[in-house]
Amino acid sequence: MAQQLCINQGTCRTGQFIALLALGGLVVLGAMYAFFTLEHHGHILTGMNNQIVWGLPHVFAVFLIVAASGALNVASIGSVFGKQVYKSRAPLSGMLALALLAGGLAVLVLDLGRPDRLIVAMTHYNFHSIFAWNMIFYNGFFVIVGLYLVTLMDRRLKGWTKPLGYTAFFWRLSLTTATGSIFGFLVARAGYNSALMAPMFVIMSFAYGLAVFMVVQSSMYRWNGMILDEGVRRRMKNLLAVFVGASLYFTIVFHLTNLYFAKQWEFERFILLDGGIYTTVFWVGQVILGGIVPLILLYLPRSQDAQKMCFCFLAPLLVILGGVAQMYVTIVGGQAFPLVMFPGHEVQSSFYDGVVHAYNPSIYEWLLGMGGVGVTFVLTVVAVRVFKFMPQDDFKTLQSRRGTD
Amino acid sequence: MSESMNTKLEDRREFLKTGAVVAGVTLGPGVLLYSVAHSRAPEEGASGKQRWGMLIDTTKCGDGCNDCVTACNTENGLSGHTGPQDSQWIRKVDIRDLRTGYVQSLPMMCQHCENAPCVDVCPTGASMKRADGIVLVDRHSCIGCRYCMMACPYKARSFVHEPLTDQNPEVPRGKGCVESCTFCVQRVDRGESPACVEACEAKGHKAMIFGDLKDPESEVSKALKSTDSVEVRADLALNTGVRYQGI
Repeated sequence: MAQQLCINQGTCRTGQFIALLALGGLVVLGAMYAFFTLEHHGHILTGMNNQIVWGLPHVFAVFLIVAASGALNVASIGSVFGKQVYKSRAPLSGMLALALLAGGLAVLVLDLGRPDRLIVAMTHYNFHSIFAWNMIFYNGFFVIVGLYLVTLMDRRLKGWTKPLGYTAFFWRLSLTTATGSIFGFLVARAGYNSALMAPMFVIMSFAYGLAVFMVVQSSMYRWNGMILDEGVRRRMKNLLAVFVGASLYFTIVFHLTNLYFAKQWEFERFILLDGGIYTTVFWVGQVILGGIVPLILLYLPRSQDAQKMCFCFLAPLLVILGGVAQMYVTIVGGQAFPLVMFPGHEVQSSFYDGVVHAYNPSIYEWLLGMGGVGVTFVLTVVAVRVFKFMPQDDFKTLQSRRGTD
Repeated sequence: MSESMNTKLEDRREFLKTGAVVAGVTLGPGVLLYSVAHSRAPEEGASGKQRWGMLIDTTKCGDGCNDCVTACNTENGLSGHTGPQDSQWIRKVDIRDLRTGYVQSLPMMCQHCENAPCVDVCPTGASMKRADGIVLVDRHSCIGCRYCMMACPYKARSFVHEPLTDQNPEVPRGKGCVESCTFCVQRVDRGESPACVEACEAKGHKAMIFGDLKDPESEVSKALKSTDSVEVRADLALNTGVRYQGI
């Protein structure tokens, strides 16, 4: 059976496929164990508390959701902007987008205090809430990208590809805008409350999504013993570099804007200078490993002989790492900094007012968060095995036919 | 002819007089009773004719006194524990002015905002504001996403982290839901004051005055009219139901 389902591989390595599936399944199983334990005992077993209300599961969930939107980049560039190289990668891009969103939403739902009331969330909408709008965008994303994927894979529906591609493009922009606004609309907290959050999340989603796509693409080529055309690699490498650079630019503008407001100085000092783990994760994780190092790797001048050294796996992997670091700083760091209720006053209470809040994630949070990655992984492994997602193109022929690079 | 006219006019006056007296006697008690019977029947919904609110005089709030907190815990069935995962609906906050060194102590709880951020952000509408201004959480539709806790400028909300036992039947709470000060809605609906206000008065501090902000004759309205008071985080323009005097 497994052999028959092996549609698109040079050699069908069923044993290795099952091993990958087992690995992903084990991670998902760990998440299910964490979920049922928390469902029974409550969030008392987590490191989250009344000060840090969103923890590690949210870091993973928001990262996966934002990356889902970005993973659709490749398809959008193909369908909306008509680039042939990206068109042949659109099915893989659409599938990855769905798998990432499924993983992210799984974590988000499993971490709810009352996950059994998911039906309430799906049937009761408060349209003042950007969170409620996000639910509509998430559900819509599955439908639109799902249909788009069908049109990409069924020649008879080819005429629908462009309109659905456009719809998916605008829908995913709205989705990431809304996800960024979840934080941007938090008027009371120094770490959020910024209109920059929405565009920053959009541009970061471009980087994270493309990075995930490149890692998966590289793995698939390697798995099948194929070599990705140098021209395709160069294009994607340059595109990723632009997105990483733009993400860094938004990060700089965000913090510079804050530094201009005296009331935000304490928060900026916390993140940039003396916030302990958050300062370290910001500089080492988000900026250096997730931004500067990938940029150096991608733009490193190399000789003609060394052109094959693309870092098309390592650089995007670092971007993903930096993305998780960014989410940690944004989500947990933003809450760790105390709410300012009485400016110009030193505050203390039994409810931890005025102090930097501590957060030590428990094993259950790690299991839940990694479970989201596991769900994405399992869906991707199965999908690339049973559907035709391997990019089918001959770049050199395309290039000569279109006369364009 | 003119005599009969005069008689008719006098009769008419008598009739109007009698009618006015009868009408007065009939309607008067009703009107009187209507104003006296201000509290509503239990089956009635909350009315927008009222807005419950509070004035807290920080100069009268006893340093080290925790009676409001204890009363709240007893009334609402809270454990009184103060770990990072324990619920606290009201807490005493000590503030010290960094420039002058002036120290004050005040109770902090849900401020029952008119434009409540928690109500705005709640995806299911579980965080809601009653017509009379009391902000509550519908325990049947709260999914435990905690977005309201992220949004509250006063850190007034708690998440129930573990299963609960021995609850007060009047104050249902539940694992996995968010909760906060209800102004002791069960007491207010009976025409009583919140437990914290009662405790503060019993202690003799009288730092908290509770009442209807829309009734110009209420104690709280009169006090607000005669003294300067502020909202905490007034910059957010939330029009809080709780105001402070002395900070």
